[in-house]
Amino acid sequence: MRKKKSSHKKVTFIVGSVIVGLVVLMAVFPRIFTKYNPIDVDVMASLSPPSLKHLFGTDNYGRDIFSRVVYGARIDLMMGVLGTVVPFFIGGIAGMLAAYYSGWFDRILIGLIDIMMAFPFTILVIVIISILGNGIINVYIALWLVGWMSYAKLVRGEVLVLKNSDYIQAARVAGFSDGRILLRHLLPNVVSAAVVYAVSDIVLCMLTGASMSFLGLGVQPPTAEWGAIMNEGKSYISYAWWITVLPGLIMAVTGVGFSLLGDGLTDYLRRKGR
Amino acid sequence: MRQFNYIFKRMIQMIPVLFVISLIAFFIIRLVPGDPARLMLGEKATNDAVAAIRLKYGLDRPLPIQYLKFMRGVLHFDFGNSLKFQVPVWNLIVSRLPVTLALTFLSTAISLLISIPVGYYSGTHKGGFFDRLSNIWNLTAIAMPTFWIGLMLLIFFGIVLKILPVGGIGGGFWGHLKSFILPAFTQSLMTSALLTRNIRNAVVDIISQDFVDFARSKGISEGEIKNKHILKNAMISTVTLLSMRMAYMLGGSIIIESIFALPGIGKLTIDAIFARDYTVVQAVVFIFAIVVMVINLITDVLYSILDPRVKY
Repeated sequence: MRKKKSSHKKVTFIVGSVIVGLVVLMAVFPRIFTKYNPIDVDVMASLSPPSLKHLFGTDNYGRDIFSRVVYGARIDLMMGVLGTVVPFFIGGIAGMLAAYYSGWFDRILIGLIDIMMAFPFTILVIVIISILGNGIINVYIALWLVGWMSYAKLVRGEVLVLKNSDYIQAARVAGFSDGRILLRHLLPNVVSAAVVYAVSDIVLCMLTGASMSFLGLGVQPPTAEWGAIMNEGKSYISYAWWITVLPGLIMAVTGVGFSLLGDGLTDYLRRKGR
Repeated sequence: MRQFNYIFKRMIQMIPVLFVISLIAFFIIRLVPGDPARLMLGEKATNDAVAAIRLKYGLDRPLPIQYLKFMRGVLHFDFGNSLKFQVPVWNLIVSRLPVTLALTFLSTAISLLISIPVGYYSGTHKGGFFDRLSNIWNLTAIAMPTFWIGLMLLIFFGIVLKILPVGGIGGGFWGHLKSFILPAFTQSLMTSALLTRNIRNAVVDIISQDFVDFARSKGISEGEIKNKHILKNAMISTVTLLSMRMAYMLGGSIIIESIFALPGIGKLTIDAIFARDYTVVQAVVFIFAIVVMVINLITDVLYSILDPRVKY
């Protein structure tokens, strides 16, 4: 029974890795996957349905949707990864220092998080972008400004528990510096929870970034990005379904890939931790 | 009485948070690049006209005075006029808030209707076929783009089968309900997946605890054990998650309402952002924050009812 379960887990982990691996490959070497340029206009071929020539069909400008999806992978993946990595470090460090030293810094941090959390996530992101203006850089900034809080809360909670544990007390008594205790003794024990969260956060950031482009706030045309492609296809949905359906499908599969990968990773870290 | 004191205390605690939220809302319009007076009149306005507006709205006064004036308005439900529609912002909000609240509550109801039975059954039949199927579905639902799901449902039910409206809000009770089905279902997908997972894991935890065995050995009926002991305990952590999700769905209404063309606050927000109608944005931010705070307050009270160990 136990063996069966672990093999079942292994399969989902492998499927997740293969999906994510393929998307990364698309992002790094788009030319392997398609011969078309994502912004080349071909009016004669406009709105043609999926065929062997155009796997995912074409849009109103006759641009090849499949190549737009392939080239778009780079931006969407970057939004997911950069939208996660920066808050991971900022929030993680802030949460660790706040919990370790407590005092005024901790109080300000918690107060700030409480207030920011009073706003719905999407509203916060949209309002920040509306103040900064449209564009991909501003999407990143909005994701960073909003994303760090979860990591700060998560790491702060873990450090608060560990701070009073025997081994940390022992390290203090032994006269280790704060820097050494934080980096060598606390960090390795609090990082895995943040890593597990980060993998699911990649999906969230990717989806949020794409939603912003879908609303017309993020990536601007003619740049290929999954949300932006679907936004452009929205007006043709009743007779050219492929412009919205197929890029979304790739996006959904990518999201599921990260989810499966994260699930496997959680399992691995939990077993290792035991 | 104890509950009442608690609510009162929590409301007092909300005051400083409200103060900061009001500051944020106040500064939104002043952080946007450009002069608010020119923003109101458009790019082509003459300098005289801009100066007149500045005087009229007190934009030439020091910031603290401007803030006090803004707050006095807010306390009288006066958020100024919409820059685009030239009607009071409050009227716009009052006419659209019911749609967004209905969408959020309907999505919550659907999420609970799905997640409680599915989560409970998965938890009590851990490792079985249904449990695995539900786990895979939950992983999938969490990772899929909401706006895409919305469009897919719209194509299938609205364009192919033609059994539900493709957008807008119908007339009469059934018309309303029909136009809410797809948006609410779309909105609830991710929430029901997260709640199902949470309930399932809680049930798995609770079942193996001594007090459940004890209740059984006392001869309490299975039905009562299920309702009073297992489900009630599983709902404790779920209530917190639910309140977070409700706040998230409130924000998600921006995306859902613009896909399904529902005339709610979300659609108003996105239209206001495109029209650079910052008085509306300002008010919407304020209203959203207050609704979230009320949801959190209700959650805390519910929490204290579900878990009598919570002390205030």
